[in-house]
Amino acid sequence: MSKIYGRTAAVRKVSLALQPGRFYVLRGENGAGKSTLLRMIAGLNEPTEGNILIYGLKTRDARQQMGYMAHAPLLYDELSGMENLRFFAQLYGINSDQPLVEAMRRVGLDPKLTRRVGQYSQGMRQRLSLARAIFHSPRLLLLDEPFSNVDPESALAIAKLLAAMRSSGNTILLVTHQIGLLAELADEFILLSHGQLVDRGAMKQGHA
Amino acid sequence: MSLSVTRLTWINVAKDLRLEWRSRDVLNSMLFFSLLVVVIFSFSFSPTAEESRRFVGGLVWTAFLFSTIMALNQSWARELRNGVLDAYRVSPAPPEALFFGKCIGNFLLVLLLECLMSPLFVLFYNLRSIGPYWQLAVIFLLGTWALVVNGTFFAAMSIRTRNRELMLPLLLLPISIPAVVAMVTATTDVLTGELSAVSQMKFLAGYCVIFTTACFLLFETVLNAE
Repeated sequence: MSKIYGRTAAVRKVSLALQPGRFYVLRGENGAGKSTLLRMIAGLNEPTEGNILIYGLKTRDARQQMGYMAHAPLLYDELSGMENLRFFAQLYGINSDQPLVEAMRRVGLDPKLTRRVGQYSQGMRQRLSLARAIFHSPRLLLLDEPFSNVDPESALAIAKLLAAMRSSGNTILLVTHQIGLLAELADEFILLSHGQLVDRGAMKQGHA
Repeated sequence: MSLSVTRLTWINVAKDLRLEWRSRDVLNSMLFFSLLVVVIFSFSFSPTAEESRRFVGGLVWTAFLFSTIMALNQSWARELRNGVLDAYRVSPAPPEALFFGKCIGNFLLVLLLECLMSPLFVLFYNLRSIGPYWQLAVIFLLGTWALVVNGTFFAAMSIRTRNRELMLPLLLLPISIPAVVAMVTATTDVLTGELSAVSQMKFLAGYCVIFTTACFLLFETVLNAE
């Protein structure tokens, strides 16, 4: 697939097949097209050419099976953590609090916290944003820089959670510059440069 | 797990009203602007009751039109803050639920503004309707929906542009002219009691049906435009 903005190709003829149940790290310099690629897979940007199939379905039909975490937290500042999750859960047809409480506990947040998200620290926002991406137990998890602006404790908690999710068979595609945290967790790296896929391989080899 | 458009529409309405209740961004700015219009025009003209009946229709709708524009800009700005709109777009929820949720939320807010401001218009302009009051209620319901449905659509269209505060009136005002003329004429007709407002009300109802359908059909394209 390709994504072209005017005369600039953000992603150029990238062909990518991901195996279910594996943990992929998408790497590349700033402006390499990582976030654009992730947004296309999430269905937020339409590829200029090519198409995407997720578990054999078109992106718009596979939304129930995808979790997406972006740079921005994608949360309402005026609502509490639980109120945010409740709203988004209803968009997925989930009307019970139980998966939401579980998601909050998994990211290390107290579901009874009544404080509004606007008063959360950056680390708490990132954790809640991850809870928002996983409460519906997606089979494919797309994460854009989940460790940015996060304290080491939160980063470690997020990394542990991702490891657990990978062990339970979820497919994870993660964009990050902080590769060190994932050296032991991820299976494969995918390297983009100037919008093109330039390398792909086992994580330990890529990290080295 | 069911995703009914009606249910999701009300979930969006409840969320928007809760956000507004906690921030009061929209209502405060709408009230302040409308209050300014009422007071400034009242002191500038000092009209008699007879004169008021002739021009207050225009004044009322000018105040509510510009207040609505403020409300619409802010209601979408909330969805852009923290990129929340993307969380909606990656969900399986249908776009029309978001559209109707926003329309109904904004409609209720503008109606609340109208209920709060109407007594002030009556007081400051010494108003008493000669025509039937129920017609005024119908005109306000239809007129408000006409403004809100187009406004919600065009605000969604302009949210990703650099000058969205400028874009919305530029897009909304020309297309709202027929509706605004009908609202003002109908309101004046009822207040003065000289002519029947029924034909203007029918026109407004038709306008609402046509533009609600068009906006509903085009909203998904606008929401996913890059």
